[in-house]
Formats: sequence, C-alpha cells, structure tokens
Amino acid sequence: MNASDLIDLFPLIIIASFAIIIMIVNIFYRKHEVNAVLAISGLLLAFMTTAGLFGSVPGRTANLLTIDSYALFFMGLFFAATLAITALSYGYNKTHEGSHEAFYILLLIAVLGSAVLAASSHFVSFFLGLEMLSISLYALIAYRRGERSNEAGIKYLVLAGLSSSFLLFGMALVYAQTGTMEFSEIASVSSASQVRSLAMSSGVLLIIVGAGFKLALVPFHMWTPDVYEGSPAPISAFVATVSKGAVFALILRFFTLIDIQADGRFFLVFTIIAVASMFTGNLLALYQNNIKRVLAYSSIAHLGYLLVAFLSNGALAITAVSFYLTAYFITIIGAFGVITVLSRADEEREFLDQYRGLAQTHPLLSGVFTAMLLSFAGIPLTAGFIGKFYLVSAGVNSALWLLIFSLVVNSAISIFYYLRIIAALYEAVPEKMIEIPLPLAGTIAISALMLMLMCLGIYPSQLIRLIQITAATLG
Amino acid sequence: MILTLLVIIPLLGGLLSFYLGKISPMLPRWAALSALSVDFILLLILWIKPDAIISTQGGQWIAEVNLEWIPQLGINFHLAMDGLNFLLTLLTVFLGITAVASSWTEIRERIGFFHLNLLAVLSGIIGTFLSLDLFIFYFFWELMLIPMYFLIAIWGHEDRFYASIKFFIFTQASGLIMLVAILGLYFIHGKNTGAYTFDYTQLLGTTLSPAAEMWLMLGFLIAFAVKLPVIPIHTWLPDAHTEAPTAGSVILAGLLLKTGAYGMIRFIIPLFPHASSVIAPVIFTLAAAGILYGALVAFGQTDLKRLIAYTSVSHMGFVLLGVFMFNDIALKGAVLQMLCHGVSTGALFIIAGALQERMHTREMARMGGLWATTPRIGAVMLFFALASLGLPGLGNFIAEFLVLLGSFGANKTVASIASVGLILAMSYSLWMMQRVFHGPNEFNWSLADFKTREMAVMAAMVAIILWLGVYPQPVLDRLGNMQTGPQSLSASVKETR
Repeated sequence: MNASDLIDLFPLIIIASFAIIIMIVNIFYRKHEVNAVLAISGLLLAFMTTAGLFGSVPGRTANLLTIDSYALFFMGLFFAATLAITALSYGYNKTHEGSHEAFYILLLIAVLGSAVLAASSHFVSFFLGLEMLSISLYALIAYRRGERSNEAGIKYLVLAGLSSSFLLFGMALVYAQTGTMEFSEIASVSSASQVRSLAMSSGVLLIIVGAGFKLALVPFHMWTPDVYEGSPAPISAFVATVSKGAVFALILRFFTLIDIQADGRFFLVFTIIAVASMFTGNLLALYQNNIKRVLAYSSIAHLGYLLVAFLSNGALAITAVSFYLTAYFITIIGAFGVITVLSRADEEREFLDQYRGLAQTHPLLSGVFTAMLLSFAGIPLTAGFIGKFYLVSAGVNSALWLLIFSLVVNSAISIFYYLRIIAALYEAVPEKMIEIPLPLAGTIAISALMLMLMCLGIYPSQLIRLIQITAATLG
Repeated sequence: MILTLLVIIPLLGGLLSFYLGKISPMLPRWAALSALSVDFILLLILWIKPDAIISTQGGQWIAEVNLEWIPQLGINFHLAMDGLNFLLTLLTVFLGITAVASSWTEIRERIGFFHLNLLAVLSGIIGTFLSLDLFIFYFFWELMLIPMYFLIAIWGHEDRFYASIKFFIFTQASGLIMLVAILGLYFIHGKNTGAYTFDYTQLLGTTLSPAAEMWLMLGFLIAFAVKLPVIPIHTWLPDAHTEAPTAGSVILAGLLLKTGAYGMIRFIIPLFPHASSVIAPVIFTLAAAGILYGALVAFGQTDLKRLIAYTSVSHMGFVLLGVFMFNDIALKGAVLQMLCHGVSTGALFIIAGALQERMHTREMARMGGLWATTPRIGAVMLFFALASLGLPGLGNFIAEFLVLLGSFGANKTVASIASVGLILAMSYSLWMMQRVFHGPNEFNWSLADFKTREMAVMAAMVAIILWLGVYPQPVLDRLGNMQTGPQSLSASVKETR
C-alpha cells in the first residue's frame, strides 16, 4: 500500500473518521444539533472527495477493493442519498428527546458498508461490507423501540443472519471450486476450465439467495413490508435505497464479470425472480392502506423492473441500471421524505386516510409527493420517465420479450395504487387538517430532491454522460 | 422558434393562472384566455403568411425547429409543421379557448389549479401534433395524461375516481406498448445503418422484415386505437367523457381522440406502408362496426353526456375508415371529419354541461320541453344535432361524404355498411333533441338561457361548421400542401400494393 492507494480510499476514511469523531465529541458534549451537523459535514466532505476522484485512474487496494469510476459513481450516489436522509432525520429526531448520537454513528457506518460493497471485488470485502451495513441496520430499524419497531428489528436480524449464512456457504462452495475469492479470477477460472459442476452452480445460487434477500426480491421479500412499517421513516428510505443499491451495484459487477447472460440456467432463475417480483409487489400493493407498506411493495416491484436491465447485455444494460437506480433513489427518498416531515418520532403519519386533502393544507408537500408517485409510474418530466425508458430500451435491445411484456402489464397495474394515493391527496375534505410546522432541513431536502427529479426528467444528458464513463470501466 | 412558443405559451399561461388563482378567482380565467389568444394569433400569422416564417433548415415545412436534446440517445427536440398538424393545432387552440370560456362559471373550486391542468393538457396535445421525433412524440403523448387525469378526478362528476383511473390505465398501458415499438424501430434502424436516432424523417423508409414491420405497426396501432377509439378498446371513453367536467369532455372528445387519428396518418401509414395495407381489411371492418355500434348504443342511453360520448365512437369510425382507405379523397374527408367532429361534439358537450350546471342532472328522463324556457340553448343544440347527423351545408356532411366517396371506390361493401351509420345518426340526433327540448315541460323547469359570453362561443363554433360546410376549399388546399400528406402517402401505398 502506498500514498496513492490512500488517496483512493479517502472517501471511506472520511466516513469512518467522522463516525469516530462523533463518538469522541459525545464523550464531552452531547447535543443533537452538533451530531447532525457532524454527520452532514462528514457526508458532504466524502461526497466532494468522491466527486474529485471521479474519472481518475482505477486503483486497487490489497486486492479487496477496486476504486474505479463505477465504484466512485455508486459511492457518490450513496453519500448523496444518505446526506438527504440525514437532513430528513434531523427534523424527525428532534421531535424526540435526546442527542441521538447512536443514530448518526450507525448511519455513517451503514453507508460505509455500502461504499465498501460498491468498491468490492473480493468475497472478503463483499462480506465485510454487507455485515457492516446489516449490523448497523439492525439497531437503526428498531430505533423507535415500539412494539412494531422491535418486531421489525428482530425480523430483520433473524432473516439477515440467515441470508448471510447462505451467502457465506455459497462463497465457500465457489472458493472450493475455483481456489480464489477475487471476482476477476473467479471469472477467468470458471470460463477457462468451464466449471459447470454442481458445487459451483449451487454456490452461485446460494449467493443469489443471499443477495436476493437484501434486494427483497420475490421469494425473499417477506420481511420488507414489516420492516418498512416498523422502522423510522428515514431509515425505511435508507433500507429501500442505499442498502439495496449497494448490493445491486455489487452483484452487477460480479455477474457482469462471470457473464450471467452466457449461462442459461442462471438467466432463467433471474427471469423467474424478476417476473415474480413485479407481479407480487404490484398486486400486493393494490389495496394497502398504509403508505409505508405501499412503498415497500412498490420497491419490490421496482427491483423486479431493474432486473430487466440487469439481464440485458452490453454497456446499455449498465447505463440503464445506473440511471434507473439514481432515479429510483431520488424518488423513494422523496416519497419517504414527505412522510418523514409530516411524522413525529413517536407517531408516524402512515395511513392513507391521514393524507386525504393534503393538497389543501400543504400544497408543497402534496406537489412533491405527487411528483414522486408519478416518477414511480414513469410519467414524463420526472426522472422515472427516463429511467423506465432506459429499462425498456435495454430490454428491447436484448429482445427480452417476456420481461418487457410483464413490465408493461405491471406498469398498468401499478398506476392504480399510485393514482389512488394521488386522488386522496387532492380530495376535497370538509374539515381541514391541522397544519403542522414543517422542519426546515427536511423541507430543504425534499425540495432539492424534487428539483433533481425534474432536472433529470427534462435534461438528463449530463447524468447520462457521467454514467457512460462509469459503464465503460465495467464493460 | 414559433413552434416552441406554441407549445410553451399555454404551459406558462397555466403556471401563471395557478399563481394568480391565489389572488383572485377571475384572474386565472383571463390569464388562460390571454395565453391561448396569443397562441391563436401566432397561428393566424402562420395561416396568413406561411412563406414569411419558413425555416432555413428544412425549407419545406411551414415552420420547423430542430435542437439537440439528449445526444447520447439520438434524441432531438424536433418540431415541424405542415398543413395537417397546422389545422389540428388551430383546432386545439380554438377548442382550448371555448373550454376556458365554457367553464367560466362551472368551476368554482381550485380555479388556478384547474386552469394549470387545462392548459397543460393543451400544451401536451400541441406538442404531440407537432413533434417529429418519436421520443418527443411519446414524451408529449404521456405528458397530456396527467393533467387530463386531474381534470377528471378533481372536477369530475359522481363516478370520477373510477372513470379517471380507467382512462389513465388504458392510455398509459397502450402508450407503453407504443414505446416498445418505437424502441424496436430505433434499434432495427440503428443496427441497419449505424445511426441511432428517433428522428421521424430518418426513420422513414427503414428496411424491415414483414414480420417485424407487422409487430411494430401493431405496437403503434394499439396506442392510437385506444385513443381514437376503435372497438373493442373504446370502453374507457363513455366513462371518461361522462364523468369529466365540461372543459374536460370538450378536450377529450374534440382533441384527445384526434391525437389517435393523427398518429395513424402521420406515423403508422408512412412508417409501415406494407403492414398497414395488409391490416387494412381488419381495420375498416372494425371501423364500420364502430360506426354502427356507437350509433346503436347511443340509442340506449339515458344520460345526455353518455349519448354524446357514444356518438363520438360512431363519428370517429368514419375517420378510421377514411385513413385506411389509402386514397386522397377519403383521407381528406377523414381530416375534415376530425375538425368538424371536434367542433360539433365540443359544442354539444358544452351545451350538455351548461344544462347540467343549471339542472344538476344529465338524465334525459328528467328533461323535456326545455325549448320554452331556454330557446337559445335549444336552437344552438338543434344546429349541432343537425351538423352531427350530416345535414348538407354543414361541415360534417362534406367530411362524411368525402370519406364515403373515397371508400366506395376502394371497398363497396364497407362503404355501404358505413353509410347506414348516417341514417342511424339522423335518428339518434333528432330523438335526443326531441327528448330534451320538445314535448311538455313536465318538471316545470325554468332555467337561465345562454348569455352573451356563451352565445359568443356558440356563434364562433356555428360559424366554423357553416364555413366548412359551404366553402371547405381553403382547408382542403392546406392539406394539399402537406409534405408527407395524403397525396404522397397514398401514392407510396399504391406503389407497394
């Protein structure tokens, strides 16, 4: 390891050190504002360093991490997303007494784990990153300490533990067959010697199971609605975005290297998972009255959509995945952001009935919420439109007609529940809702998300250019 | 540049109305009206002096704008205007003005937001008519759905939730299928030539295998057939038209349906000439069936707006017939029918809306003998009922006559069956008049008649129908100037047969 390696690792080092700084500061001085500001400045600094490194020569650190443009793009995305989530959490946590240092420390460690996953090119860093992420999330999910939060926390703990063991077993099997834990070597060994043994494919299958759990793909999705419902709203947003995005970035790197397209069996497995996720997510969301659960089911469906791009080949696939993930991040954080700014830590506003007539009391929030829901549905002027356009074009380019067909059908199904919420927002209600004073940081965050949503929807060229640099490093 | 303005001015006017709505209930109406008037004046300038504004790039269009938008994907902001979409844009702006005027007293809640949605739909429709880049076309095509959804879902009548969602799901799902077809064409053209582009002028004449051409054509056709509508995928239409507020019904019937027909003329036939001539027998069977079915079902209606909605299904059948006959006369008839149907059905919906505003019912059983109390409404209604049944001297007659004339040469059976539709149209129109305005005034209605504002709107619409009925030549001349219009297009289809 030399100095240039160290520079490549700067974003990770910054996040880790700010987690430690918050710990140390809290020994002497415990104040919520200070903790939040420290977390935000750490994330901001890490984001800027990431942006500065973007496009530089890829560096490898002890064979564990590859800091290339692909990793940097996703790291930047995760830092920015966590930044928005932290800003939203500040107002949310303020409604509950305490200095909340643990919340911010855990959030930083979780995003550190995600960043490691994005840069990981080795099973060891894969597992390390995943555990850093998961263990922080156990505590964050149960942070509210109510009955449902505890249920959600324990559910996540048990199932994530189980899936980690599946993952480990899968890695062990692959290691036993190939003799290496590095992605690129696994790829070259498996393609050179045509490893098609039962042990090898079971290993890969077990890794798919472990990743599938994190991504909440059907049939590994059972925990999602309960966890989303029980977690604090900003943490639901984190689980839905950064946690899933990190695992997706990793499996995209892994499976692009071992060329998933070439192996018909895995291709079939992923196709079934994708179609099942789309239908299950959308059908279960149809008559939900809890908005957090609606978003949970809808996120299951969206990961199913994302697999359409994942299964298509070429640089277009990676571009489509990256763009769609970015759009999905903005959208889902925005949607949970609206819930967050309207909620208190002890009492969340999560039922559809509580949103009836929101347009009359909070026109800004209902406008943002509408835009986010329309972005989910893929309507023009939002980032989701370009995202869906990319998905369909990746699918058409690779002639994945079954997946395209179920994407179209599901899009039609999903419109029903998005419009159901929108209709409720604009309903005329006789008695007006009580106007809640909105937290400043949260309002700024969701306004910024709204602005980004529109910018990407109207003029996506800049982001596409960035993503094409990213895709080039992987393809 | 002038085309960009045409698209953007209504949207900006809408945003202005939205903010003015917080100050006073009257300001948004005036803002909306002025924005549309500016658009109207721009169009009149194009009408009077077409040569003055010819763009330097194309040289053949009345006006054109072509800017890079997303270069990585070959997407350009390419708008262009020829005679066909000039007339349709003019219709859009005109009906937009009448829609604003007709909701002057009907809409009392969230006036600013209402006008934002109204003008946003119009922007979307104008964009759809003008775009020559398939991506932009799809963009506008989807863009107009949301404000239309809001118009129905917020200001609509009793069953608005059901109607608005049905409308949205039908159009959005079919739109996505069109997107798949657009992308299919994009990739095939890209792989053939190496140039990945969504530009219509470049995609024209892409070499396609017969199977691929048929599939892609069907993808486009589904989206357009839902909008037009073609039976059996018309079921969203009666619900949406009935539940929408007056302005919404006017825009749906007068304009949204036309985007489907426009898409067929502009995209399906030029892009897929072989496939469309193969599918033509199926299409004009459906068209004839639609003409008869719409007319027959209209008889069974007790709801005035629903009756008018079903007559739209029937009248749009003539458009479909005219488009797929591949000859100049029928196509011109179809375009004229689009214009006349837009105006006359728009007017009928305005009258139905005015009656509902006064009576709080659309049930014809509760009406009768209204002529005595509202002679002006009755007279205007009679005029448009006559227009709708195809009375000689009025525009709809010329249009349907041209369609039938063109069809008769091509397919005698279908033309004969379709002409039965005219007889049915006469029956249901007169029957509607009779039930609403004649007979005894059993319920002792005493209603306010049309005032100056409403009469001015009606007078303008009457004048257009009369003009198109008596002297349609200037409009037909416009179509003759079209670049990829019916003439060249029918010629190209004939060659391939």
